[in-house]
Amino acid sequence: GYSIGIRLIDDFLARSDVKKCRSYSETADMIAQVAFKMYLGVTPSVSCRSAAGNEFSLILDKNPLVDFVEELPAERASLWYCNLLCGVIRGALEMVHLAAEVTFLQDRLKGDAMTEIGITFLRKPEDRKHKRN
Amino acid sequence: VGHAVLAINGTEVNGRFTADGKDVLEFLGNPANYPVSIRFGRHRLSSNEKLMLASMFHSLFAIGSQLSPEVGSSGIEMLETDTFKLHCFQTLTGTVRPRALLCFARAVCARPSSRSCIVAPGIKFMVLADPRQTGIDALLRKIYEIYSDYALKNPFYSLEMPIRCELFDQNLKLALEVAEKAGPFGPGS
Repeated sequence: GYSIGIRLIDDFLARSDVKKCRSYSETADMIAQVAFKMYLGVTPSVSCRSAAGNEFSLILDKNPLVDFVEELPAERASLWYCNLLCGVIRGALEMVHLAAEVTFLQDRLKGDAMTEIGITFLRKPEDRKHKRN
Repeated sequence: VGHAVLAINGTEVNGRFTADGKDVLEFLGNPANYPVSIRFGRHRLSSNEKLMLASMFHSLFAIGSQLSPEVGSSGIEMLETDTFKLHCFQTLTGTVRPRALLCFARAVCARPSSRSCIVAPGIKFMVLADPRQTGIDALLRKIYEIYSDYALKNPFYSLEMPIRCELFDQNLKLALEVAEKAGPFGPGS
């Protein structure tokens, strides 16, 4: 997913013509409402998980990647089937200079109540004197 | 003066020979081949010259964004002269390289514990056009789309390498032709 993400971000920026996001919550909203809509046709809901404002979770009602998957086979019960999505988000964010950790917190395929992806933004973009727009 | 023959009757010319191996002067000297349409223009730049000019512009661009009194300048967007205008569009994306790789001359200082990174600015698209030509902004956006479609989605293209993708070249040419037709002049100017 990471290799997809580092290239997908340019495609996203070329097609969506969005401006730079000013805060982490704007970024999370952008991912959920614009990017997911554009590529998967679903709009996850965003909620902020931490007081510091750098941890968010995307809750997916509908996940097109599992449309044809009923359940995980017994030997693969610990598989995060859609981890690809986490890699894509992480790669895309890295290419716009936002380091983040993206993991699945809950997955309906594994029997949890809902499918939830957690995004944790790490340190603020460093080296402001090197940073170019 | 200073111009070279770029194409004869639509076939590209390289030096003295056309793409299909004919000698240009011989072809032009034979009256049986008239009427003939010849396209003149400035010499095509070689890859080396392009690299050199691009790296010079890259430095100017960096100086430009640092000179800006406001933080987070978008750098040089347009360079205007009386004979041409250079438009530049820089994408927001860019790789993050660990600082250690760039300081190979001072290997002692590259401590693995320091996690600072050099943030590379991202790809720049530059278009040189007639000063009166309009619609270059839209053209730059279109080129960004073509890049993301035909270069980035090509699995054989590695990031930051020269782009040698046929579809990219073809679509780029098409987009340029459309932009030329839409501008205040006809094609070929």
